[in-house]
Amino acid sequence: MTQVAVPHIETSGKPAFPDGTFLAIVKRDCPTCVLVMPVLREIERHIEHLGGTLQVHVQDDVTLAAGFSHVYDDIVLATSYRYNIDTVPTLIRLKDGREDARVVGWLRSEWQSLTGIAALGEGLPAYRPGCGSKTLDPGMPARLKVKYGNSGLTSRRIEVPPLSDPVETCYERGWSDGLPVVPPTEERVLEVLDGTARSPDEVIGLIPPNLVRCTVEKVAINAVMAGCRPEHMPVVLTAIEAALMPAFGLHGVLATTNACTPVIMVNGPIARAIGMNAKGNVFGQGNRANAAIGRTLQLVVRNVGGGRPGEIDRSVFGSPAKYSFCFAEDEDDPRWESYAVSLGYSPRASTVTIFPGDGITQTIDHISRKPEDLCRSYAGCIRAIYHTGHIIGVQAFLAIAKEHASVFYDAGWSKARVKEELLELLKIPVREVVPGRSGLSGLTVEEKSDPDNLIPKFKNGTFNIIRAGGSAGKYSAIISSIGGRGSIEPVTKEIK
Amino acid sequence: MPDNILLDPTAETAAAIVPRLARPQSIAGKTIGLFDIAKMRGDEFLDRLDELLTARGYVVKRYRKKHFTHLAPIELKQRIKSECDLVIEGLAD
Repeated sequence: MTQVAVPHIETSGKPAFPDGTFLAIVKRDCPTCVLVMPVLREIERHIEHLGGTLQVHVQDDVTLAAGFSHVYDDIVLATSYRYNIDTVPTLIRLKDGREDARVVGWLRSEWQSLTGIAALGEGLPAYRPGCGSKTLDPGMPARLKVKYGNSGLTSRRIEVPPLSDPVETCYERGWSDGLPVVPPTEERVLEVLDGTARSPDEVIGLIPPNLVRCTVEKVAINAVMAGCRPEHMPVVLTAIEAALMPAFGLHGVLATTNACTPVIMVNGPIARAIGMNAKGNVFGQGNRANAAIGRTLQLVVRNVGGGRPGEIDRSVFGSPAKYSFCFAEDEDDPRWESYAVSLGYSPRASTVTIFPGDGITQTIDHISRKPEDLCRSYAGCIRAIYHTGHIIGVQAFLAIAKEHASVFYDAGWSKARVKEELLELLKIPVREVVPGRSGLSGLTVEEKSDPDNLIPKFKNGTFNIIRAGGSAGKYSAIISSIGGRGSIEPVTKEIK
Repeated sequence: MPDNILLDPTAETAAAIVPRLARPQSIAGKTIGLFDIAKMRGDEFLDRLDELLTARGYVVKRYRKKHFTHLAPIELKQRIKSECDLVIEGLAD
């Protein structure tokens, strides 16, 4: 007799198999299952005359169990899911319709003990490991959770109209940044949530501008749309938490007329583990982790926080960086400590740093072979950020690529030394400082008293140096932004 | 798997349309708050208003938040609400 197992996932408390004594879950694709089929026949013969029943549930090819009295085609994996099967064969003993005990794989002594049949499987090897259950095939756990209705997700369900493309529905709903998004089905969201141990209903913070409570589930939905894999989730969640730290001032970053946007920099082992790019084309396209993690933060601001261009986002130019700006610092050369290590984090720690940036400006110097010369080249370019006389509310990260870094390495200069040299070169005489809020208004009467007084370019802004970029080419890149101490500052958070 | 059911990525709060408070017919006898969001030169504008209003006998109260990139704290907003009848905010430079 062959039956198709009926899913009994949400029963009214009645046992699914009230008359069963034993339940075996097998698949043809598993050599150990094939090996134990004669054992299952032995069990059936033994228990039938005692009034018991053996139900054989087959996950792939039900003909494997041809000839048994109670055979079930479990190709829909309802029984396997209900009993949380992770290995086949699994033999379950039922008592009063409920599971009493189980064995997985083939271990003769355990099977004998579970069934009470002393000579069971005597002709077989004593032990053979089982195979993975089909319930654990790639993507299947999430599919089954959705199919049998206990995903636990609480977000509003939006039905795609008949004959419509889900991608177009996402556009029509206003969920997209302009590029297509991956439609956030329940199954995809569950898969991405597998990347974190945090509960979907955990609130990770209030997203500006609307100060909306953002749950891990909402982050996961936007991560799916952005193209994330489950393993990106720890970085994504930490990046959002970092962006919400008061010192970063996310509200100001998203609302400003400036082009700046949150930039995500990842340090530590997780960057390599999830395949982030720190080298050639580091700020460009082509790396999924870089692209999708950065895009998720932008989509969360858009969709959860309500920060949209033309509304609260008043940027004059915007920037391609507002789609996604996320990368890893290049930590391969030990001669310079990473940004995170310079803040006091262990090299074994993984961290996310968020700082504002409005894109990159390259510094090209093919000539300089001395660190002092190279610093002079940098200083000229850095000084020009926004205006050569702009000294208030301006800050920058300088990303140095390998060939330029080698000039400093060869001369034995540390990152700190380069920074010190640059800050010295970036002092601007008062006479060249612009009037108004970007310059003179930010100076004291005493500072302004002598036109020859020297004022730092980053009067209230931060300046940092990092390593990133490809190995060929004498380039560095300036990532500039508005902000500074007390308004919009770089923030760092460890990924736990 | 139902590909036609999507999970809503938004805050699920359709924009509530809240009607504006009715404008006062007259400002006679009102206490007027001047709120500086700390953006450059906002104070110049508000100082001048302060001068003009005070000269006309209005009660003027001044408020300032820490930095324009940060939202005004709830306590400050509550204080303004409890101390003033109307408020003038210097929004941009």
